[in-house]
Amino acid sequence: MTLWNAVMLAAIICVGLKGVGYLIPQRWFDAPAPARITDLLTVALLAALVAVQTLAAGQSIVVDARVPALLVAAGLLVIRAPFLVVVVVAAVVAALLRLWGWAA
Amino acid sequence: MPSAPHPDSAVRLAWREGLGVALATSAYGVSFGALAVASGLDVWQACVLSLLMFTGGSQFAFVGVIGAGGLAAAPAAIASAALLGVRNVAYGLRMSPVIGPGPLKRAAAAHFTIDESTAVALAQTVPRARTVGFWVTGIGIYLGWNLTTLAGALLGDVLGDPRAYGLDAAAAAAFLALLWPRLRRRQAIAVGVAAAVVATALTPLLMPGMPVLVAAFVAIVVGWTNWLGSGREARS
Repeated sequence: MTLWNAVMLAAIICVGLKGVGYLIPQRWFDAPAPARITDLLTVALLAALVAVQTLAAGQSIVVDARVPALLVAAGLLVIRAPFLVVVVVAAVVAALLRLWGWAA
Repeated sequence: MPSAPHPDSAVRLAWREGLGVALATSAYGVSFGALAVASGLDVWQACVLSLLMFTGGSQFAFVGVIGAGGLAAAPAAIASAALLGVRNVAYGLRMSPVIGPGPLKRAAAAHFTIDESTAVALAQTVPRARTVGFWVTGIGIYLGWNLTTLAGALLGDVLGDPRAYGLDAAAAAAFLALLWPRLRRRQAIAVGVAAAVVATALTPLLMPGMPVLVAAFVAIVVGWTNWLGSGREARS
C-alpha cells in the first residue's frame, strides 16, 4: 500500500461514515448503548493518542521534552486557553528545552 | 427563557456564532498542515486529507500514527481515523431532520457534518437559525481549514527537523485539546485514563498504531456495560 492509497482509503471511509448518519433510520441509534459507545470511543482514542504521542518513540517509552510541554498544555486548557495557543505554546516549550539542552 | 427570540435576530446570531467558530477552528489548520508534513506526508496529501476527509480528529490521528510507524502503520492509521470518524454518524443522525429533504443538499450537508457545525446548529433554538448555523459554520470552516492546511504544510516543508521546533509535542497537545472538552463526566475521565494506560503499556509490545486501537476496546466494554455510568441517560 502506498501512502497515497492509505490517504484516499482513510478519507473515503470517513466521508462514508458522515453519509451513513443521513441514511440510516433514527431509531437505530436511539438505544443508549450505541450512543454511549460512540462518545466513549472518541474519548478513548484521543486519550490513547495523547499518551502515545507524548511517551512513545517507536516501540520504546521515553520521557523527554514532550512531557513538560504536555503538562504546560494541560495547564493552559485548565485556564481555557484557545486551541491554537495550547498547541503553539507546547511546541515552543519543547523546542526551547531542546535548544537549551535541558531535555532530549 | 422569558420569550422566544425574534426569528431574524436569532438568524443573525447564528451567523455571528458560526463565523466566530469558523475563524477559531480554521486557525489551527496550520498546526495540522505542519504536523502532516512532519509525519512524512507531502503537501498534497495533507491538502487532500483536509479537502476530502475533513474531520479534524481523524486527520490528526491519521498523521500521528503514520508519523510514529511510517507506511507499515498505514492499516492502523486508517483504522484510527475511521474509528474517530464514527462519531460523525451520530452527528448526521441529529442533523438529518434539521437539513430536510433533497439528495444533493443532504450529500453536501454530510460533508460539512463535523463537531463544530453540529454544535453550533444544535445550540440554536429557532429552526431557521439552526440550518443557518450549520451551513455557515460548516462551509466557513471548510474554506478556512483548507487554506490554513496548505499554509501549514508549506511552512512545515521549509522548517526541516520537526523535533527541533517541538512539533512532536504540538501533536500531543493537539490531541489533548481535542480530548479536553469531552472529559466532563466521571465515566469519560475513567475511560480516558484507562485508554492512556493501556496504550502506553502496549507500546513496547505491539507495532506502532496498534496500542491506540486496542485501547479503543476500553470504550466499547465500558460503553456496553455502562460501568461507572449514571443511572439517568445523559446524551450530549
